[in-house]
Amino acid sequence: MSEQNIILQAKGLVKRYGSVTALDGADFELYNGEILAVIGDNGAGKSSLIKALSGAIQPDEGEILLNGKKIRFSGPSDARNHGIETVYQTLAVSPSMNIVENLFLGREILRPGILGSVFRMMDKKKMLEEATGYMSELKFRIQSMTQPVSTLSGGQRQGVAVARSAAFASNVVIMDEPTAALGVKESGMVLELIKKVRDKGLPVILISHNMPHVWELADRIHIQRLGRRATVIKPDEYSMSDGVAIMTGAKEV
Amino acid sequence: MTEKAKNTESQGVNLRQIGQRIAGIPAIGPLIALIAALVYFYTQNERIIAPNTISLILQQTSWIAVLAIGQTLIILTAGIDLSNGLVMALGTVVMTTLAVEGGMDPTLALLIGILVTTGFGLLNGLLVTRLNIPPFIVTLGTLNIAFALTRIVAVTTINDLPELHTFFGIRFALDDFFPALANADSRWFTTPFTIGAVAVLVLYFIMWWVLRETDFGRHVYAVGDDPEAARLMGIPVNRVLITVYALAGFFYGIAGWILVGRIGSGDPNAGQTANLDSITAVVIGGISLFGGRGNILGTLIGALIVGVFITGLQITGVDPLWQRFITGVLVIGAVAIDQFSQRIK
Repeated sequence: MSEQNIILQAKGLVKRYGSVTALDGADFELYNGEILAVIGDNGAGKSSLIKALSGAIQPDEGEILLNGKKIRFSGPSDARNHGIETVYQTLAVSPSMNIVENLFLGREILRPGILGSVFRMMDKKKMLEEATGYMSELKFRIQSMTQPVSTLSGGQRQGVAVARSAAFASNVVIMDEPTAALGVKESGMVLELIKKVRDKGLPVILISHNMPHVWELADRIHIQRLGRRATVIKPDEYSMSDGVAIMTGAKEV
Repeated sequence: MTEKAKNTESQGVNLRQIGQRIAGIPAIGPLIALIAALVYFYTQNERIIAPNTISLILQQTSWIAVLAIGQTLIILTAGIDLSNGLVMALGTVVMTTLAVEGGMDPTLALLIGILVTTGFGLLNGLLVTRLNIPPFIVTLGTLNIAFALTRIVAVTTINDLPELHTFFGIRFALDDFFPALANADSRWFTTPFTIGAVAVLVLYFIMWWVLRETDFGRHVYAVGDDPEAARLMGIPVNRVLITVYALAGFFYGIAGWILVGRIGSGDPNAGQTANLDSITAVVIGGISLFGGRGNILGTLIGALIVGVFITGLQITGVDPLWQRFITGVLVIGAVAIDQFSQRIK
Protein backbone atom coordinates (compact mmCIF):
# COMPACT_ATOMS: atom_id res chain seq x y z
CA MET A 1 0.00 0.00 0.00
CA SER A 2 1.40 3.32 -1.03
CA GLU A 3 1.28 6.64 0.76
CA GLN A 4 -1.30 8.14 -1.58
CA ASN A 5 -3.84 5.50 -0.57
CA ILE A 6 -3.94 6.88 2.94
CA ILE A 7 -7.25 8.62 3.57
CA LEU A 8 -6.91 9.55 7.21
CA GLN A 9 -3.68 9.77 9.11
CA ALA A 10 -2.55 10.90 12.56
CA LYS A 11 1.00 11.60 13.64
CA GLY A 12 2.20 11.81 17.23
CA LEU A 13 -1.13 12.69 18.84
CA VAL A 14 -0.89 13.72 22.49
CA LYS A 15 -3.87 14.35 24.74
CA ARG A 16 -3.60 15.01 28.46
CA TYR A 17 -6.41 15.28 30.99
CA GLY A 18 -4.73 16.91 33.99
CA SER A 19 -2.06 14.48 35.10
CA VAL A 20 -3.46 11.64 32.99
CA THR A 21 -1.97 11.18 29.53
CA ALA A 22 -4.61 9.50 27.38
CA LEU A 23 -2.69 9.76 24.12
CA ASP A 24 1.09 9.66 24.24
CA GLY A 25 2.33 10.15 20.70
CA ALA A 26 -0.20 7.98 18.89
CA ASP A 27 0.14 7.32 15.16
CA PHE A 28 -2.65 6.09 12.93
CA GLU A 29 -3.26 5.33 9.27
CA LEU A 30 -6.42 4.40 7.43
CA TYR A 31 -6.16 3.20 3.84
CA ASN A 32 -8.68 3.50 1.08
CA GLY A 33 -11.28 0.74 0.92
CA GLU A 34 -10.34 -1.11 4.10
CA ILE A 35 -11.92 -1.98 7.38
CA LEU A 36 -9.40 -1.05 10.04
CA ALA A 37 -10.23 -2.35 13.49
CA VAL A 38 -8.94 -0.48 16.54
CA ILE A 39 -8.58 -2.61 19.66
CA GLY A 40 -6.98 -1.96 23.01
CA ASP A 41 -7.46 -2.49 26.71
CA ASN A 42 -9.45 -0.02 28.78
CA GLY A 43 -7.33 3.09 29.25
CA ALA A 44 -5.15 2.38 26.21
CA GLY A 45 -6.33 5.61 24.61
CA LYS A 46 -8.59 3.89 22.12
CA SER A 47 -11.58 6.15 22.60
CA SER A 48 -9.43 9.28 22.89
CA LEU A 49 -7.88 8.41 19.53
CA ILE A 50 -11.28 7.95 17.94
CA LYS A 51 -12.64 11.11 19.52
CA ALA A 52 -9.69 13.05 18.09
CA LEU A 53 -10.33 11.57 14.64
CA SER A 54 -14.05 12.30 14.78
CA GLY A 55 -13.57 15.83 16.08
CA ALA A 56 -15.07 15.23 19.53
CA ILE A 57 -11.81 16.31 21.23
CA GLN A 58 -8.87 18.41 20.07
CA PRO A 59 -5.41 16.85 20.59
CA ASP A 60 -2.81 18.89 22.50
CA GLU A 61 -0.01 17.92 20.13
CA GLY A 62 0.44 16.10 16.85
CA GLU A 63 -1.39 16.43 13.58
CA ILE A 64 -4.24 14.86 11.66
CA LEU A 65 -4.17 14.60 7.88
CA LEU A 66 -7.22 13.98 5.72
CA ASN A 67 -6.36 13.02 2.13
CA GLY A 68 -2.82 14.22 2.79
CA LYS A 69 -3.87 17.66 3.98
CA LYS A 70 -3.36 18.85 7.52
CA ILE A 71 -6.65 19.46 9.24
CA ARG A 72 -8.01 20.51 12.61
CA PHE A 73 -11.60 19.68 13.54
CA SER A 74 -13.37 22.23 15.73
CA GLY A 75 -16.05 19.70 16.67
CA PRO A 76 -18.00 16.63 15.52
CA SER A 77 -20.08 18.66 13.08
CA ASP A 78 -16.86 20.00 11.54
CA ALA A 79 -15.58 16.45 11.02
CA ARG A 80 -18.98 15.56 9.59
CA ASN A 81 -18.68 18.43 7.13
CA HIS A 82 -15.38 16.91 6.04
CA GLY A 83 -17.08 13.63 5.19
CA ILE A 84 -16.33 11.73 8.41
CA GLU A 85 -19.43 10.09 9.87
CA THR A 86 -19.69 8.21 13.17
CA VAL A 87 -22.00 5.36 14.21
CA TYR A 88 -22.44 5.05 17.98
CA GLN A 89 -23.18 2.02 20.10
CA THR A 90 -26.23 3.71 21.61
CA LEU A 91 -28.46 3.19 18.54
CA ALA A 92 -28.61 6.91 17.86
CA VAL A 93 -31.87 7.04 15.95
CA SER A 94 -35.10 8.91 16.64
CA PRO A 95 -37.58 6.14 17.55
CA SER A 96 -40.89 7.81 16.65
CA MET A 97 -39.61 8.90 13.26
CA ASN A 98 -39.66 6.74 10.19
CA ILE A 99 -36.66 5.47 8.25
CA VAL A 100 -36.60 8.26 5.68
CA GLU A 101 -36.90 10.90 8.40
CA ASN A 102 -34.06 9.31 10.33
CA LEU A 103 -31.78 9.02 7.33
CA PHE A 104 -32.09 12.74 6.62
CA LEU A 105 -32.52 14.07 10.16
CA GLY A 106 -30.52 17.29 10.51
CA ARG A 107 -29.73 17.24 6.77
CA GLU A 108 -33.18 17.54 5.25
CA ILE A 109 -33.32 18.27 1.55
CA LEU A 110 -35.22 21.52 1.00
CA ARG A 111 -37.35 22.48 -1.96
CA PRO A 112 -35.57 24.48 -4.64
CA GLY A 113 -36.16 28.21 -4.86
CA ILE A 114 -37.98 30.45 -2.42
CA LEU A 115 -40.02 27.60 -0.90
CA GLY A 116 -36.83 26.08 0.44
CA SER A 117 -34.64 29.10 1.10
CA VAL A 118 -37.23 31.33 2.79
CA PHE A 119 -40.00 28.99 3.96
CA ARG A 120 -37.65 26.08 4.79
CA MET A 121 -40.02 23.64 3.10
CA MET A 122 -38.69 20.10 2.82
CA ASP A 123 -38.64 18.08 -0.39
CA LYS A 124 -40.18 14.90 1.04
CA LYS A 125 -40.52 13.16 -2.30
CA LYS A 126 -36.84 13.57 -3.12
CA MET A 127 -35.80 12.36 0.34
CA LEU A 128 -37.96 9.24 -0.05
CA GLU A 129 -36.44 8.52 -3.46
CA GLU A 130 -32.87 8.96 -2.29
CA ALA A 131 -33.45 6.99 0.91
CA THR A 132 -34.91 4.11 -1.07
CA GLY A 133 -31.81 4.24 -3.25
CA TYR A 134 -29.38 4.09 -0.30
CA MET A 135 -31.19 1.19 1.27
CA SER A 136 -31.27 -0.90 -1.88
CA GLU A 137 -27.62 -0.10 -2.55
CA LEU A 138 -26.81 -1.69 0.80
CA LYS A 139 -29.32 -4.50 0.10
CA PHE A 140 -30.98 -3.50 3.35
CA ARG A 141 -34.39 -5.13 3.27
CA ILE A 142 -37.20 -3.35 4.98
CA GLN A 143 -40.97 -3.61 4.75
CA SER A 144 -41.68 0.05 4.37
CA MET A 145 -39.49 3.14 4.30
CA THR A 146 -42.18 5.02 6.20
CA GLN A 147 -42.48 2.72 9.21
CA PRO A 148 -41.39 4.22 12.52
CA VAL A 149 -37.95 3.09 13.63
CA SER A 150 -39.49 1.98 16.95
CA THR A 151 -41.13 -0.90 15.06
CA LEU A 152 -37.69 -2.22 13.98
CA SER A 153 -35.44 -4.65 15.80
CA GLY A 154 -32.25 -3.39 17.46
CA GLY A 155 -30.15 -4.70 14.58
CA GLN A 156 -32.34 -3.00 12.01
CA ARG A 157 -32.18 0.25 13.95
CA GLN A 158 -28.42 0.12 13.99
CA GLY A 159 -28.66 -0.75 10.30
CA VAL A 160 -30.50 2.51 9.74
CA ALA A 161 -27.72 4.36 11.59
CA VAL A 162 -25.09 2.61 9.45
CA ALA A 163 -26.97 3.39 6.25
CA ARG A 164 -27.27 7.00 7.35
CA SER A 165 -23.51 7.32 7.86
CA ALA A 166 -22.72 5.52 4.64
CA ALA A 167 -25.05 7.81 2.73
CA PHE A 168 -23.41 10.99 3.93
CA ALA A 169 -19.78 10.03 4.53
CA SER A 170 -17.61 11.00 1.60
CA ASN A 171 -14.36 9.96 3.29
CA VAL A 172 -14.59 7.77 6.38
CA VAL A 173 -17.16 5.94 8.49
CA ILE A 174 -16.22 5.45 12.15
CA MET A 175 -18.10 2.64 13.92
CA ASP A 176 -17.81 3.00 17.68
CA GLU A 177 -18.78 -0.39 19.18
CA PRO A 178 -21.68 -0.74 16.73
CA THR A 179 -22.72 -4.19 17.97
CA ALA A 180 -22.21 -3.68 21.72
CA ALA A 181 -25.94 -3.25 22.36
CA LEU A 182 -27.05 -6.11 20.10
CA GLY A 183 -27.60 -9.85 20.32
CA VAL A 184 -25.72 -12.43 18.25
CA LYS A 185 -28.11 -12.65 15.31
CA GLU A 186 -28.67 -8.91 15.24
CA SER A 187 -24.92 -8.29 15.28
CA GLY A 188 -24.46 -10.56 12.26
CA MET A 189 -26.80 -8.37 10.26
CA VAL A 190 -24.93 -5.21 11.16
CA LEU A 191 -21.56 -6.83 10.39
CA GLU A 192 -22.80 -7.76 6.91
CA LEU A 193 -23.87 -4.18 6.42
CA ILE A 194 -20.45 -2.89 7.48
CA LYS A 195 -18.82 -5.13 4.84
CA LYS A 196 -21.14 -3.70 2.22
CA VAL A 197 -20.16 -0.18 3.23
CA ARG A 198 -16.51 -1.13 2.68
CA ASP A 199 -17.32 -2.82 -0.63
CA LYS A 200 -19.01 0.41 -1.70
CA GLY A 201 -15.53 1.93 -1.44
CA LEU A 202 -15.81 3.73 1.90
CA PRO A 203 -13.07 3.00 4.41
CA VAL A 204 -14.33 1.99 7.85
CA ILE A 205 -12.74 2.38 11.28
CA LEU A 206 -14.23 -0.26 13.57
CA ILE A 207 -13.80 0.02 17.33
CA SER A 208 -14.83 -3.16 19.07
CA HIS A 209 -14.30 -5.24 22.18
CA ASN A 210 -15.59 -8.27 20.37
CA MET A 211 -12.52 -10.13 19.08
CA PRO A 212 -14.42 -12.64 16.89
CA HIS A 213 -16.14 -9.72 15.14
CA VAL A 214 -12.83 -7.97 14.66
CA TRP A 215 -11.12 -11.04 13.24
CA GLU A 216 -14.07 -11.76 10.99
CA LEU A 217 -14.37 -8.29 9.57
CA ALA A 218 -11.10 -6.36 9.68
CA ASP A 219 -8.54 -6.09 6.90
CA ARG A 220 -6.01 -4.73 9.38
CA ILE A 221 -6.01 -4.36 13.15
CA HIS A 222 -4.55 -1.33 14.93
CA ILE A 223 -3.59 -2.32 18.48
CA GLN A 224 -3.54 0.58 20.92
CA ARG A 225 -1.55 0.28 24.12
CA LEU A 226 -0.46 2.81 26.77
CA GLY A 227 -1.57 5.77 24.69
CA ARG A 228 0.26 4.72 21.53
CA ARG A 229 -0.05 2.37 18.66
CA ALA A 230 1.65 -0.89 19.70
CA THR A 231 1.48 -2.34 16.21
CA VAL A 232 -0.76 -3.07 13.24
CA ILE A 233 -1.43 -6.72 12.39
CA LYS A 234 -3.36 -8.63 9.78
CA PRO A 235 -6.01 -11.00 11.13
CA ASP A 236 -4.86 -13.88 8.92
CA GLU A 237 -1.25 -13.64 10.18
CA TYR A 238 -1.96 -13.49 13.90
CA SER A 239 -4.42 -15.39 16.07
CA MET A 240 -6.89 -13.77 18.39
CA SER A 241 -4.87 -14.82 21.41
CA ASP A 242 -1.77 -13.20 19.88
CA GLY A 243 -3.78 -10.04 19.45
CA VAL A 244 -4.95 -10.06 23.04
CA ALA A 245 -1.39 -10.77 24.20
CA ILE A 246 -0.11 -7.72 22.31
CA MET A 247 -2.98 -5.66 23.67
CA THR A 248 -2.11 -6.50 27.26
CA GLY A 249 1.66 -6.29 26.78
CA ALA A 250 2.25 -10.03 27.29
CA LYS A 251 3.69 -10.21 23.80
CA GLU A 252 5.77 -7.72 21.80
CA VAL A 253 5.92 -7.46 18.03
CA MET B 1 -39.66 -18.88 7.31
CA THR B 2 -42.35 -21.24 5.97
CA GLU B 3 -44.81 -20.21 3.28
CA LYS B 4 -47.65 -20.41 5.77
CA ALA B 5 -45.95 -18.15 8.26
CA LYS B 6 -45.35 -15.65 5.49
CA ASN B 7 -49.01 -15.65 4.59
CA THR B 8 -50.27 -15.00 8.08
CA GLU B 9 -47.70 -12.29 8.43
CA SER B 10 -48.81 -10.50 5.29
CA GLN B 11 -52.41 -10.61 6.46
CA GLY B 12 -51.35 -9.10 9.74
CA VAL B 13 -49.57 -6.39 7.81
CA ASN B 14 -52.69 -5.56 5.82
CA LEU B 15 -54.74 -5.15 8.96
CA ARG B 16 -51.98 -3.12 10.50
CA GLN B 17 -51.76 -0.94 7.40
CA ILE B 18 -55.47 -0.22 7.56
CA GLY B 19 -55.08 0.59 11.25
CA GLN B 20 -52.12 2.82 10.47
CA ARG B 21 -54.05 4.63 7.76
CA ILE B 22 -56.89 5.42 10.16
CA ALA B 23 -54.40 6.38 12.86
CA GLY B 24 -52.65 8.54 10.25
CA ILE B 25 -55.58 10.93 9.93
CA PRO B 26 -54.46 14.06 11.81
CA ALA B 27 -55.76 14.09 15.39
CA ILE B 28 -58.36 11.39 14.70
CA GLY B 29 -58.77 10.44 18.37
CA PRO B 30 -59.58 13.94 19.65
CA LEU B 31 -61.77 14.53 16.58
CA ILE B 32 -63.90 11.50 17.41
CA ALA B 33 -64.13 12.68 21.03
CA LEU B 34 -65.22 16.16 19.90
CA ILE B 35 -67.93 14.77 17.65
CA ALA B 36 -69.07 12.38 20.40
CA ALA B 37 -69.31 15.29 22.84
CA LEU B 38 -71.32 17.37 20.36
CA VAL B 39 -73.67 14.45 19.65
CA TYR B 40 -74.17 13.80 23.36
CA PHE B 41 -74.98 17.43 24.17
CA TYR B 42 -77.20 17.64 21.09
CA THR B 43 -79.34 14.85 22.49
CA GLN B 44 -79.61 16.84 25.72
CA ASN B 45 -80.20 20.24 24.15
CA GLU B 46 -80.05 20.91 20.44
CA ARG B 47 -78.92 24.51 20.99
CA ILE B 48 -75.33 23.19 21.33
CA ILE B 49 -74.82 23.32 17.56
CA ALA B 50 -76.72 26.55 16.99
CA PRO B 51 -74.53 29.15 15.19
CA ASN B 52 -74.50 31.59 18.10
CA THR B 53 -73.49 28.84 20.54
CA ILE B 54 -70.66 27.76 18.25
CA SER B 55 -69.60 31.39 17.86
CA LEU B 56 -69.57 31.76 21.65
CA ILE B 57 -67.52 28.58 22.12
CA LEU B 58 -64.99 29.82 19.55
CA GLN B 59 -64.70 33.17 21.32
CA GLN B 60 -64.27 31.60 24.74
CA THR B 61 -61.73 29.15 23.40
CA SER B 62 -59.75 31.52 21.18
CA TRP B 63 -57.10 32.96 23.51
CA ILE B 64 -56.58 29.69 25.41
CA ALA B 65 -56.19 27.96 22.07
CA VAL B 66 -53.44 30.38 21.04
CA LEU B 67 -51.66 29.98 24.38
CA ALA B 68 -51.91 26.26 23.73
CA ILE B 69 -50.00 26.66 20.43
CA GLY B 70 -46.96 27.74 22.45
CA GLN B 71 -47.62 25.05 25.03
CA THR B 72 -47.81 22.43 22.25
CA LEU B 73 -44.43 23.43 20.82
CA ILE B 74 -42.85 23.18 24.26
CA ILE B 75 -44.51 19.88 25.18
CA LEU B 76 -43.42 18.43 21.82
CA THR B 77 -39.84 19.01 23.01
CA ALA B 78 -40.76 17.11 26.21
CA GLY B 79 -40.86 20.37 28.18
CA ILE B 80 -43.71 22.19 29.95
CA ASP B 81 -44.58 25.85 30.47
CA LEU B 82 -46.33 26.89 33.68
CA SER B 83 -45.69 30.58 33.09
CA ASN B 84 -47.70 31.17 29.91
CA GLY B 85 -50.95 32.56 31.36
CA LEU B 86 -49.18 35.11 33.56
CA VAL B 87 -46.64 36.01 30.88
CA MET B 88 -49.62 36.70 28.62
CA ALA B 89 -51.25 38.81 31.36
CA LEU B 90 -48.03 40.83 31.65
CA GLY B 91 -48.05 41.35 27.89
CA THR B 92 -51.63 42.63 27.95
CA VAL B 93 -51.09 45.12 30.76
CA VAL B 94 -47.85 46.35 29.19
CA MET B 95 -49.42 46.99 25.80
CA THR B 96 -52.60 48.58 27.15
CA THR B 97 -50.94 50.65 29.88
CA LEU B 98 -48.38 52.07 27.48
CA ALA B 99 -51.07 53.03 25.00
CA VAL B 100 -53.74 54.31 27.38
CA GLU B 101 -51.80 55.77 30.30
CA GLY B 102 -48.48 56.37 28.59
CA GLY B 103 -50.12 57.84 25.50
CA MET B 104 -47.83 55.80 23.30
CA ASP B 105 -48.60 55.02 19.68
CA PRO B 106 -50.93 51.95 19.84
CA THR B 107 -48.90 50.00 17.30
CA LEU B 108 -45.64 50.56 19.16
CA ALA B 109 -47.30 49.71 22.50
CA LEU B 110 -48.67 46.50 21.02
CA LEU B 111 -45.28 45.53 19.62
CA ILE B 112 -43.59 46.19 22.97
CA GLY B 113 -46.20 44.01 24.69
CA ILE B 114 -45.53 41.14 22.30
CA LEU B 115 -41.78 41.75 22.64
CA VAL B 116 -42.09 41.36 26.43
CA THR B 117 -43.83 37.98 26.17
CA THR B 118 -41.35 36.84 23.52
CA GLY B 119 -38.52 37.96 25.82
CA PHE B 120 -39.97 35.91 28.66
CA GLY B 121 -40.13 32.90 26.36
CA LEU B 122 -36.52 33.48 25.37
CA LEU B 123 -35.56 33.74 29.04
CA ASN B 124 -37.29 30.42 29.74
CA GLY B 125 -35.41 28.85 26.83
CA LEU B 126 -32.04 30.20 27.92
CA LEU B 127 -32.52 29.02 31.51
CA VAL B 128 -33.59 25.55 30.34
CA THR B 129 -30.66 25.11 27.96
CA ARG B 130 -27.77 27.12 29.41
CA LEU B 131 -28.32 26.41 33.10
CA ASN B 132 -29.85 22.99 32.54
CA ILE B 133 -32.76 23.66 34.92
CA PRO B 134 -35.87 21.52 34.30
CA PRO B 135 -38.61 23.43 32.41
CA PHE B 136 -41.07 22.80 35.24
CA ILE B 137 -38.87 24.72 37.70
CA VAL B 138 -37.78 27.45 35.27
CA THR B 139 -41.34 28.31 34.32
CA LEU B 140 -42.55 28.07 37.91
CA GLY B 141 -39.99 30.78 38.62
CA THR B 142 -40.86 32.99 35.67
CA LEU B 143 -44.58 32.51 36.49
CA ASN B 144 -44.00 34.30 39.79
CA ILE B 145 -41.78 36.96 38.23
CA ALA B 146 -44.37 37.70 35.53
CA PHE B 147 -47.14 37.78 38.15
CA ALA B 148 -45.29 40.35 40.25
CA LEU B 149 -44.34 42.47 37.25
CA THR B 150 -47.95 42.47 36.06
CA ARG B 151 -49.09 43.87 39.43
CA ILE B 152 -46.32 46.46 39.36
CA VAL B 153 -47.40 47.67 35.91
CA ALA B 154 -51.14 47.74 36.61
CA VAL B 155 -53.36 47.31 39.65
CA THR B 156 -56.76 47.62 38.01
CA THR B 157 -58.14 46.95 34.56
CA ILE B 158 -57.15 49.32 31.78
CA ASN B 159 -60.13 50.52 29.75
CA ASP B 160 -60.82 52.83 26.78
CA LEU B 161 -58.44 50.93 24.54
CA PRO B 162 -57.38 52.05 21.08
CA GLU B 163 -59.09 50.31 18.17
CA LEU B 164 -56.00 48.34 17.19
CA HIS B 165 -55.90 46.62 20.57
CA THR B 166 -59.49 45.43 20.35
CA PHE B 167 -59.13 44.44 16.68
CA PHE B 168 -59.65 40.72 17.35
CA GLY B 169 -62.94 41.43 19.14
CA ILE B 170 -64.51 42.91 16.00
CA ARG B 171 -67.53 40.91 14.92
CA PHE B 172 -68.59 40.11 11.42
CA ALA B 173 -71.17 37.89 9.80
CA LEU B 174 -70.68 36.19 6.49
CA ASP B 175 -73.46 38.25 4.92
CA ASP B 176 -71.43 41.39 5.68
CA PHE B 177 -69.11 40.31 2.90
CA PHE B 178 -71.58 38.52 0.68
CA PRO B 179 -74.88 40.42 0.95
CA ALA B 180 -76.54 37.81 -1.24
CA LEU B 181 -76.21 35.34 1.63
CA ALA B 182 -78.53 37.39 3.83
CA ASN B 183 -81.42 36.09 1.77
CA ALA B 184 -80.34 32.49 2.23
CA ASP B 185 -82.40 31.14 5.06
CA SER B 186 -79.61 30.15 7.44
CA ARG B 187 -78.49 31.72 10.65
CA TRP B 188 -74.92 30.61 9.87
CA PHE B 189 -74.63 33.55 7.48
CA THR B 190 -76.10 36.16 9.78
CA THR B 191 -74.61 35.14 13.13
CA PRO B 192 -71.63 37.31 14.09
CA PHE B 193 -68.24 35.67 14.61
CA THR B 194 -65.15 37.48 15.91
CA ILE B 195 -62.00 38.11 13.90
CA GLY B 196 -60.12 36.53 16.83
CA ALA B 197 -61.86 33.20 16.22
CA VAL B 198 -60.80 33.23 12.59
CA ALA B 199 -57.25 34.27 13.51
CA VAL B 200 -56.96 31.23 15.78
CA LEU B 201 -57.79 28.92 12.90
CA VAL B 202 -55.25 30.66 10.66
CA LEU B 203 -52.50 30.48 13.32
CA TYR B 204 -53.14 26.77 13.84
CA PHE B 205 -53.03 26.11 10.14
CA ILE B 206 -49.70 27.95 9.82
CA MET B 207 -48.08 26.07 12.71
CA TRP B 208 -49.46 22.76 11.49
CA TRP B 209 -47.77 23.44 8.15
CA VAL B 210 -44.50 24.54 9.79
CA LEU B 211 -44.32 21.43 11.99
CA ARG B 212 -45.16 19.13 9.11
CA GLU B 213 -43.29 20.62 6.16
CA THR B 214 -40.20 22.44 7.42
CA ASP B 215 -36.89 21.12 8.70
CA PHE B 216 -37.39 23.21 11.85
CA GLY B 217 -40.65 21.37 12.55
CA ARG B 218 -38.98 18.03 12.14
CA HIS B 219 -36.17 19.05 14.50
CA VAL B 220 -38.73 20.04 17.15
CA TYR B 221 -40.11 16.51 17.07
CA ALA B 222 -36.61 14.97 17.03
CA VAL B 223 -35.52 16.94 20.11
CA GLY B 224 -38.58 15.74 22.02
CA ASP B 225 -38.32 12.17 20.78
CA ASP B 226 -34.75 11.51 21.91
CA PRO B 227 -32.57 14.56 22.63
CA GLU B 228 -29.34 12.55 22.89
CA ALA B 229 -29.92 10.84 19.54
CA ALA B 230 -30.83 14.21 18.02
CA ARG B 231 -27.55 15.67 19.29
CA LEU B 232 -25.52 12.75 17.96
CA MET B 233 -27.20 13.17 14.58
CA GLY B 234 -26.01 16.76 14.43
CA ILE B 235 -29.18 18.68 15.35
CA PRO B 236 -28.40 21.87 17.29
CA VAL B 237 -30.61 20.80 20.19
CA ASN B 238 -30.14 23.92 22.31
CA ARG B 239 -30.79 26.27 19.43
CA VAL B 240 -34.01 24.40 18.61
CA LEU B 241 -35.14 24.58 22.25
CA ILE B 242 -34.40 28.29 22.60
CA THR B 243 -36.28 29.00 19.36
CA VAL B 244 -39.25 26.95 20.57
CA TYR B 245 -39.51 28.79 23.90
CA ALA B 246 -39.13 32.21 22.28
CA LEU B 247 -41.70 31.36 19.60
CA ALA B 248 -44.06 30.16 22.33
CA GLY B 249 -43.58 33.54 24.05
CA PHE B 250 -44.50 35.28 20.80
CA PHE B 251 -47.76 33.30 20.67
CA TYR B 252 -48.50 34.28 24.30
CA GLY B 253 -48.30 37.91 23.15
CA ILE B 254 -50.75 37.23 20.32
CA ALA B 255 -53.01 35.36 22.76
CA GLY B 256 -52.96 38.44 25.00
CA TRP B 257 -53.89 40.66 22.08
CA ILE B 258 -56.84 38.37 21.28
CA LEU B 259 -57.91 38.30 24.95
CA VAL B 260 -57.80 42.10 25.13
CA GLY B 261 -60.05 42.18 22.07
CA ARG B 262 -62.46 39.70 23.63
CA ILE B 263 -62.90 41.40 27.05
CA GLY B 264 -62.23 44.94 25.81
CA SER B 265 -59.71 45.80 28.52
CA GLY B 266 -56.26 45.03 29.86
CA ASP B 267 -56.73 42.86 32.94
CA PRO B 268 -53.96 42.21 35.48
CA ASN B 269 -56.01 39.29 36.85
CA ALA B 270 -56.21 37.50 33.52
CA GLY B 271 -54.79 34.11 32.75
CA GLN B 272 -54.20 32.82 36.27
CA THR B 273 -55.35 29.29 35.50
CA ALA B 274 -54.52 29.50 31.80
CA ASN B 275 -51.33 27.46 32.20
CA LEU B 276 -53.33 24.44 33.33
CA ASP B 277 -56.09 25.12 30.78
CA SER B 278 -53.56 25.19 27.95
CA ILE B 279 -51.90 22.00 29.18
CA THR B 280 -55.37 20.44 29.33
CA ALA B 281 -56.02 21.36 25.69
CA VAL B 282 -52.65 19.94 24.64
CA VAL B 283 -53.09 16.70 26.53
CA ILE B 284 -56.69 16.13 25.46
CA GLY B 285 -55.49 16.88 21.94
CA GLY B 286 -53.32 13.79 22.04
CA ILE B 287 -49.88 15.42 22.28
CA SER B 288 -47.62 13.13 24.30
CA LEU B 289 -46.23 14.65 27.50
CA PHE B 290 -43.13 12.54 26.83
CA GLY B 291 -42.42 14.66 23.76
CA GLY B 292 -41.96 13.97 20.08
CA ARG B 293 -45.45 12.74 19.27
CA GLY B 294 -48.74 14.40 18.41
CA ASN B 295 -50.39 16.71 15.92
CA ILE B 296 -50.93 20.37 16.76
CA LEU B 297 -54.41 20.26 15.20
CA GLY B 298 -55.21 17.89 18.08
CA THR B 299 -54.55 20.77 20.50
CA LEU B 300 -57.08 22.97 18.71
CA ILE B 301 -59.62 20.16 18.95
CA GLY B 302 -58.64 19.59 22.58
CA ALA B 303 -59.34 23.25 23.35
CA LEU B 304 -62.68 22.98 21.53
CA ILE B 305 -63.59 19.83 23.49
CA VAL B 306 -63.11 21.72 26.75
CA GLY B 307 -65.15 24.62 25.34
CA VAL B 308 -67.95 22.29 24.23
CA PHE B 309 -68.06 20.60 27.62
CA ILE B 310 -68.21 23.88 29.53
CA THR B 311 -70.89 25.39 27.32
CA GLY B 312 -72.72 22.09 26.97
CA LEU B 313 -72.96 21.59 30.72
CA GLN B 314 -74.08 25.20 31.06
CA ILE B 315 -76.96 24.92 28.62
CA THR B 316 -78.04 21.58 30.06
CA GLY B 317 -78.22 23.30 33.43
CA VAL B 318 -75.52 21.35 35.26
CA ASP B 319 -73.87 22.92 38.31
CA PRO B 320 -70.72 24.79 37.12
CA LEU B 321 -68.60 22.85 39.63
CA TRP B 322 -69.10 19.74 37.50
CA GLN B 323 -67.45 21.53 34.57
CA ARG B 324 -64.14 21.52 36.40
CA PHE B 325 -64.78 18.00 37.59
CA ILE B 326 -65.27 16.80 34.00
CA THR B 327 -62.19 18.71 32.83
CA GLY B 328 -60.15 16.85 35.43
CA VAL B 329 -61.54 13.51 34.27
CA LEU B 330 -60.77 14.39 30.64
CA VAL B 331 -57.13 15.24 31.41
CA ILE B 332 -56.48 12.08 33.36
CA GLY B 333 -58.27 10.02 30.71
CA ALA B 334 -56.20 11.54 27.90
CA VAL B 335 -52.88 10.93 29.64
CA ALA B 336 -53.96 7.40 30.55
CA ILE B 337 -54.67 6.70 26.88
CA ASP B 338 -51.23 8.06 25.96
CA GLN B 339 -49.53 5.86 28.57
CA PHE B 340 -51.51 2.87 27.38
CA SER B 341 -50.59 3.41 23.72
CA GLN B 342 -46.92 3.74 24.76
CA ARG B 343 -47.09 0.39 26.53
CA ILE B 344 -48.66 -1.35 23.53
CA LYS B 345 -45.66 -0.29 21.46
